[in-house]
Amino acid sequence: MYRIIESNFIAPEVKQFEVEAPRVAEHWQAGQFIILRVDDDGERIPLTVAAADRDSGVITLFVQGIGKTTRLLNRKKSGDFIADVAGPLGKPSEIERYGTAVVVGGGVGTAIAYPVVAALSAAGNRVIAIVGGRSSEYVLLEPELEATGAEVVACTDDGSYGRPGFVTEALKDVISSRDVSIVFAAGPVPMMKAVADVTRPHEIKTIASLNPIMVDGTGMCGGCRVDVGGNTLFACVDGPEFDAHLVDFPLLARRNQAYHDIEQRRLEDFEAECRVEAS
Amino acid sequence: MSEPLTKRERMKLDRVEMIERDPEERASSFAEVNLGYTAEMAKLEAMRCLECAKPKCVAGCPVGIEIDKFIRLVADGEIGAAAEVIQRDNLLPAICGRVCPQENQCEGDCVLAKKERPIAIGHLERYVADYVRSEGFEHVAASAERTGKSVAIIGSGPAGLACAGDLIQSGHEVTVYEALHEPGGVLVYGIPEFRLPKDIVKAEIAGLEELGVRFETNAIVGRTYTLDELMAGNDAVFIGVGAGLPRFLEVPGENLIGVYSANEFLTRVNLMKAYLDGNDTPVLDVQGKRVVVFGGGNTAMDAARTAQRLGAGDVRVLYRRTEAEMPARREEVRHAREEGIIFDFLVSPTELHGEDGLLTGLTVQKMELGEPDDSGRRRPQPIAGELERFDTDLAVVAIGNGPNPLLLSTCPELERTRWGTIAVDEATGRTSMPGVFAGGDIVTGGATVILAMGAGRRAATSIEDWLADAVWELETEPEPVEA
Ligand SMILES: Cc1cc2nc3c(=O)[nH]c(=O)nc-3n(C[C@H](O)[C@H](O)[C@H](O)COP(=O)(O)OP(=O)(O)OC[C@H]3O[C@@H](n4cnc5c(N)ncnc54)[C@H](O)[C@@H]3O)c2cc1C
Ligand SMILES: Cc1cc2nc3c(=O)[nH]c(=O)nc-3n(C[C@H](O)[C@H](O)[C@H](O)COP(=O)(O)OP(=O)(O)OC[C@H]3O[C@@H](n4cnc5c(N)ncnc54)[C@H](O)[C@@H]3O)c2cc1C
Ligand code: SF4
Ligand code: SF4
Ligand code: FES
Repeated sequence: MYRIIESNFIAPEVKQFEVEAPRVAEHWQAGQFIILRVDDDGERIPLTVAAADRDSGVITLFVQGIGKTTRLLNRKKSGDFIADVAGPLGKPSEIERYGTAVVVGGGVGTAIAYPVVAALSAAGNRVIAIVGGRSSEYVLLEPELEATGAEVVACTDDGSYGRPGFVTEALKDVISSRDVSIVFAAGPVPMMKAVADVTRPHEIKTIASLNPIMVDGTGMCGGCRVDVGGNTLFACVDGPEFDAHLVDFPLLARRNQAYHDIEQRRLEDFEAECRVEAS
Repeated sequence: MSEPLTKRERMKLDRVEMIERDPEERASSFAEVNLGYTAEMAKLEAMRCLECAKPKCVAGCPVGIEIDKFIRLVADGEIGAAAEVIQRDNLLPAICGRVCPQENQCEGDCVLAKKERPIAIGHLERYVADYVRSEGFEHVAASAERTGKSVAIIGSGPAGLACAGDLIQSGHEVTVYEALHEPGGVLVYGIPEFRLPKDIVKAEIAGLEELGVRFETNAIVGRTYTLDELMAGNDAVFIGVGAGLPRFLEVPGENLIGVYSANEFLTRVNLMKAYLDGNDTPVLDVQGKRVVVFGGGNTAMDAARTAQRLGAGDVRVLYRRTEAEMPARREEVRHAREEGIIFDFLVSPTELHGEDGLLTGLTVQKMELGEPDDSGRRRPQPIAGELERFDTDLAVVAIGNGPNPLLLSTCPELERTRWGTIAVDEATGRTSMPGVFAGGDIVTGGATVILAMGAGRRAATSIEDWLADAVWELETEPEPVEA
């Protein structure tokens, strides 16, 4: 059992967790994730470790409640326990001194991108973090990103905050005015695909952090397979970061919908249960 | 006591068949198929044994259980004593009695096999193990004297469990590190409930815990811990991480939704209990659907029978050789047939077809058997132009597993074979790194429970030597064992 030290909503349906997981904290590197099971009947879901403190043995997670498991998790409070936390999994991000690096995060993808921003900044890169959300309350972690030394460009789809429009528009501006060595992208699949489409003609190395459905996270099931340049790879052990110009994004988007109907029913049942409990 | 039967009389008796759940009932139930022997049946079957002077059955058992002795004790009704005989060589008899490919091992070599009536050694072993478990038989107490030495075991499949069992009894401190949230390896994530009830595996693991073995789950060595850390903190390390990397067919369409590796399909259903209401892990709905399974081994049978139990309309096993070459246990094939599984031999898929990302059908190539290959089995060859296309909704790929590279990729010093398995000195399980031992599927490639268990025990003996004299001598250069 893994204890939640602290948890707070930082945006609608997005919760920050501080969880005691000393073994994960000790070995974690930027880009790696954990697999978690909320309770004994629960499914195993992957979540990026946004930060880790070796001394206290605490890891930071940001969770967007989109389905039953993430909503169930988001109902957990400080002092509650999580059944299983396994990790750190996946290959760490390749952090080097690239020069100017752009990191693009959309929605909860900003949380996935945050440790990459921190690591790139620490390695001496000039980092521009482009973070987007539907509206102002969905722009995450702006102060935290700034604290790493990165330059932050916030965008909102509805123009309620920062630069109006999609992150890709901001990215185009940056590319046209600066000499960008590398781009990292994390967020919804269409966003990552759009980022890859923007950088491809400029031949800028672009890395996407993929988010397929996973089970074990150890390379045993192949459920997380993705197509990269015509090769089938397992995101949990070969990734989760891959060359965005080679990723078959439509396939990933399609595969992520595999359980859509079942998950939708589960979510409706769960929400109905919660309403009964609340009344 | 009745007069002992003469040899001739015994040879006339029929093999006592196991009581089995009705095929119609079991096609929709995950409850165990084989229901076991009654005391009466066990005795009758045991009485058939000829008590050969040179029992061939023993030579056929990879761990050399004194089969003739334990069967004699069963015939005499001394079940506790029979259990002790078995336990000397096999720490997991309730499991092996159920899942060993007996027809190729002990029973295959029984002199009565020629008459197609080998003694049902597996059934008897299972009977003895179940009997002592239900009677609350105490596990052998761990030696009171602790040695102060400690061993780390990586992986909690049969290899790791057997190694842990022996070492704890010798008074060492033993910790088993398991990547998943539940220990047991393939016994919990692969082999289904209807063949091996998970309560049995749980009881074996609880027994080891009582003896003092520590289990640490969610511990992925190579990630959560490094091999170096475990080596620094312990006097020896045993690697039993299994062959957990699923092979795919490498044909177009393999990433369509509706195509599972057997590992994923079985893990969702067995480990994650997708078949029970109230568990959150989904599995694609197969109600009334057409399912195909590629392969001819136990894994393929398990996948096919699992799909059937989830309500599939029809389930076909597609195998590229013929029934004679199928590596599956014979009992599983029979059970599968009884449950309505259809077998198509001499076919190999060439393409999986889909619409909007969903699997809808496949094309198969008809095959014929050619010359024998390295393994001695006749190699299937395509018959030119003979292609057939048909519809399907779900496909499960059960064509074998390779060594999982997760741990190995983090320790390049560990010598490997050209198949990517760990190279060991076969007799001792010693690897190229002093203090590090390995055994089970990670050494042999996908094999059997009893072989993995035997390897775990051989390594335990060798670990004892190492802990005593700290001499790292290899009888042979670490060499690959042919799977
Ligand atoms: C390596 C990795 C890191 C991740 N890091 C984070 C993180 O830090 N924070 C976070 O909130 N989420 C993260 N995710 C996504 C997270 O795992 C999923 O949101 C979660 O599994 C959904 O479970 P659920 O039962 O709540 O929703 P479900 O009911 O399973 O899904 C709800 C809806 O989302 C879609 N969906 C399912 N799985 C995914 C997925 N993996 N990605 C996108 N859409 C999906 C479904 O099609 C469905 O429509 C990560 C995923 C991966 C693979
Ligand atoms: C579906 C199926 C059906 C089968 N049916 C039969 C049968 O009927 N009869 C038979 O004799 N054999 C059968 N087999 C084969 C048999 O199960 C295996 O040969 C046997 O389990 C191998 O044991 P093992 O201990 O080497 O590895 P495994 O049982 O594979 O266990 C390895 C364990 O190590 C863990 N692990 C892996 N990497 C790490 C890491 N880095 N850190 C920590 N832990 C790790 C894994 O999670 C796993 O739990 C079957 C196999 C399958 C897949
Ligand atoms: S362990 Fe397996 S091979 Fe040996 S006697 Fe028992 S069933 Fe037969
Ligand atoms: S070979 Fe068969 S008959 Fe002979 S001792 Fe073994 S089990 Fe009995
Ligand atoms: S999640 Fe199972 S192999 Fe990646």
